[in-house]
Amino acid sequence: MRWHAEPRLIKPAAALVAAVLVLLNLGALAAVLWRADGEATLQPADWVALRFTVVQAALSALVSVVLAVPVARALARRRFPGRRLLIALMGAPFILPVLVAIAGLLAVLGRNGMVNDALAALGLDRVSLYGLQGVVLAHVFFNLPLSVRLLLQGWARIPAEHLRLAQALGFGARARFRLIEMPMLTRIAPGALAAVFLICLTSFAVALMLGGGPAATTLELAIYQAFRFDFDLGRAALLALVQAGVGLVALGVLGFVRLPATRQAGLDRLAPAPPGGLARVLDLLAISMAATFLLVPLGVVIARGLPHLADLPASVWAAAGRSLGVAALSTLLLAGFTVALTLAGLRRRWPEGLGMAALVASPLVIGTGLFIVLNPLVAPSTVALPVTALVNAAMALPFALRATLPPARQTEADFARLSAALGLSPGAHLRLILWPRLRAPLGFALGLGAALSIGDLGVIVLFGQTGTETLPLAMQRLMGAYRSEAAQGVAVLLLALALGTFVLVERLIGGRDAGA
Amino acid sequence: MTRSILAAGLLCVSTQAALAETPILHVLTYDSFVSDWGPGPQVEAAFEAQCGCDLVFDAAGDGAAVLARLLLEGTRTDADVVLGLDTNLTAQAAASGLFAPHGLSPALDLPADWSDPLFLPFDWGWFAFVYDNTRIPDPPASFRDLIASDLSVVIEDPRSSTPGLGLLMWVKAAYGDESAEIWRGLAPRILTVTPGWSEAYDLFLNGEADMVLSYTTSPAYHLIAEGDATKSAAQFSEGHYLQVEVAGMVAGTDQPDLARQFLAFMTTDAFQSIIPETNWMYPAVTPTAGLPDGFATLIHPAPSLLLPPDAALAARDPALDEWRNALAR
Amino acid sequence: MLALESLSIVQGGFRLSADLTIRDGARVAVMGPSGAGKSTLIGAVAGFVPLASGVIRWNDSRIDGLPPARRPLSILFQDHNLLPHLSVFDNVALGLNPDLRLSTVERASVLRALAETGLDGLETRKPAQLSGGQISRAGLARVLLRARPLMLLDEPFAALGPALKATMLDLVGRIARETGATLLMITHDPADALRLCDQTLLVADGRAHAPAPTRALLDDPPPALKAYLG
Repeated sequence: MRWHAEPRLIKPAAALVAAVLVLLNLGALAAVLWRADGEATLQPADWVALRFTVVQAALSALVSVVLAVPVARALARRRFPGRRLLIALMGAPFILPVLVAIAGLLAVLGRNGMVNDALAALGLDRVSLYGLQGVVLAHVFFNLPLSVRLLLQGWARIPAEHLRLAQALGFGARARFRLIEMPMLTRIAPGALAAVFLICLTSFAVALMLGGGPAATTLELAIYQAFRFDFDLGRAALLALVQAGVGLVALGVLGFVRLPATRQAGLDRLAPAPPGGLARVLDLLAISMAATFLLVPLGVVIARGLPHLADLPASVWAAAGRSLGVAALSTLLLAGFTVALTLAGLRRRWPEGLGMAALVASPLVIGTGLFIVLNPLVAPSTVALPVTALVNAAMALPFALRATLPPARQTEADFARLSAALGLSPGAHLRLILWPRLRAPLGFALGLGAALSIGDLGVIVLFGQTGTETLPLAMQRLMGAYRSEAAQGVAVLLLALALGTFVLVERLIGGRDAGA
Repeated sequence: MTRSILAAGLLCVSTQAALAETPILHVLTYDSFVSDWGPGPQVEAAFEAQCGCDLVFDAAGDGAAVLARLLLEGTRTDADVVLGLDTNLTAQAAASGLFAPHGLSPALDLPADWSDPLFLPFDWGWFAFVYDNTRIPDPPASFRDLIASDLSVVIEDPRSSTPGLGLLMWVKAAYGDESAEIWRGLAPRILTVTPGWSEAYDLFLNGEADMVLSYTTSPAYHLIAEGDATKSAAQFSEGHYLQVEVAGMVAGTDQPDLARQFLAFMTTDAFQSIIPETNWMYPAVTPTAGLPDGFATLIHPAPSLLLPPDAALAARDPALDEWRNALAR
Repeated sequence: MLALESLSIVQGGFRLSADLTIRDGARVAVMGPSGAGKSTLIGAVAGFVPLASGVIRWNDSRIDGLPPARRPLSILFQDHNLLPHLSVFDNVALGLNPDLRLSTVERASVLRALAETGLDGLETRKPAQLSGGQISRAGLARVLLRARPLMLLDEPFAALGPALKATMLDLVGRIARETGATLLMITHDPADALRLCDQTLLVADGRAHAPAPTRALLDDPPPALKAYLG
């Protein structure tokens, strides 16, 4: 597509974003290494941690994406009242603070949870959530919504014409899957797998809470330990390098996956009526099971916290305001990052890899590195909020790029020729071709970023001082002061703010048709 | 109207001038100390009423995070006083050379002798397993009882939390060379290991586990703040390990007098009377008004176990390996 | 006059050469076996396919260095001629002003082009709400509006039925006549060529041959064309 000149601004803008990200990731690591003294070596326990980390991340990714396939397909082809609301709600676990989500999950699947009570009532053995199965289940709980959303966008981009063709040719479910859905999945699924794998790679609290003991130690936990207990910066950096290595291998595998291009662009015609009969029953089953799995725990979180919402202390509301401010700044930064890298990524592959690289890095190392760098310059606590916003934006970027890059490339493949033939200026190309096709995924991406920023405890714990606490930190503090009921109230507030922000930003950017 | 605005402006200028001359004391402490429900706000008000200074708290996670933060900042730290380390951390803190002797020797009400020249206790507590007395009428009376029971317990990770490390030291202090065997016995009883105290306690309150590693003082919170007498701490015959929380003066402080004044203030009634119902620990010096009523109902373990800081540091890594091997089944 | 001088296109193992001229106002059908390079040739003229060597001139000025939109031509692709999210009016108006900021006069000429192609009343519709024939008409309305001296058609009507296709070809003929444009049109159907094009250009065996009168070529086809026509 060389015939279409790239606007001159894109390259420097993308380079600037790249520099920020590289500095954030490598700079932080370098800072930690610089402060480290003595040689660091990996211990036998670290290799166990490495194995557990990879196994749980791979399992979590596989289960999340495989389960997401029937759910995304059912949601893509069925229309029912409240469908959009359901899709929005089902995204909630992903943006929940880990502790809140785990509490909800335990209420359903825990030792005294509904499932086990039902099993006990039937005279059956209780099942344990603790161990590898619990870690994977919790990760699926968090990442199934993301996987569904990513796959859903893939389904939305299957041209209606193809579905009509399938129907006209009398494709059975198998042929339709193999010939129409599979090609789409081979393009979308590797990204989803990689994203979930990388998210779970740096998992820390889930593995620790539900892992059942030191056998479930992840690398991120080992890093935490190195920082906190041994104050062994060298070992922390070494472990972070190992973790990044695993992540880069995963990214490399993703890079080698051949992404077949589809040439057909649809005309946005309405899809034909979906198949009935067994397919209908299975779709219904997929949707209701996913909704139950994802929404019942949320319902419990709400039911528990709602009564305590009214008597939350004033400081919690101040923290909520601060969280919203951080989210706003973070979303602005994310918008800049995403737009620059998406536009640059139309012609090159590195912006994608670079964006994903933020997932490879250890949040702990980034936070500590930034602290080391900033400490001599300013009092870290004075920049706690902007730094949190920046790190949140970098952490959300991989998801944003997964959402915007594939449709951007597809749009470019379909219409760049037309744009060139008509001589659209870069501005007109952006306004008339890319923006209408990309605003929905961009809205999704930024909504996600905003919500993640609200729910994330983030690096603020390393920088924090009185007067800068965000809502997740306020919740943490309530729990630390035996105020678990008030903390449950804050959980509801967090849930409402995260979801509300997500919906608001997605609609604002994505327009009325967002979230379909 | 104009005159009052002018007056307000002048007042503003004069308070700013006054602020500029007010010395600032930076106290680095753990997160729950400075929260609205912790001792922080009251301590700040009480100390500022007598010091003519501005007391500023800087918070980081828990005790271990406080130490990590200080080590990270090194000699550049703003902190004048570090408050919230415990005896399992003080050896490492002392070795950093970042602390100066406090030069104070107040009379303390500790179940152990105290003569540390660098660190001064402000509160203490016994680690204990807390349970719901309506569900467990006969709680285990020792580690071996617990091993023989079918109860589930939640503990904190010694690598990421001070209570977790405390339990490690508790088993070590009580059983010495037999500690590995105790851990192997405990392994089936341990439901899960959480990153910190609040997660573990939350799991317990939600009924996930029968017992949780906490403090003998935890039931006092439920009794006093919630009027709930269903929580108790199990008394173990081996004795209970002590957590003694301390503060120390940073050697490089630019406010040595103020820092020392704060440490002296710390063992007075004004500070100590705040502790029981905010930090839910025993004050290092019993206030003249005595302890709140609920505290009388708490168990009083004996003997009190405590490894000296150097022994605790030396025991840490081998004990951690023991723990890991026993639990990584 | 369109002149392809010592043109050579290389794409991987594929090579195509051309050395020919097309006179002003000619209507040339481009025929040849599948995969022979018809679309590649049209793409090269339009500026989408880079040249390995050679020169393209329009009325003695070189155009091979120009970006597609600056070349004196309009092109209709097989598909993707309309943007699905824009109305018919906007899709056509793109041909006049790619920024879609139109003066009153320009708006009127868009409406006129729509009317002339039989789309009056449909200007607010989205492409998805159009029939295949209407989609073709919208594409042609834009070509009419742009009034470039060279029209390139890359089989835009391949999907239409015979009657509808005939109507479209007649519309193309009318537009070419009205604008005085030279026409290059890829087709598989000899009947299309006979209906609209006085000349036919054969692309076969890695070479674009000089245009020859359509009737004569079809009556006595060279071996490559004969094999293709069957």
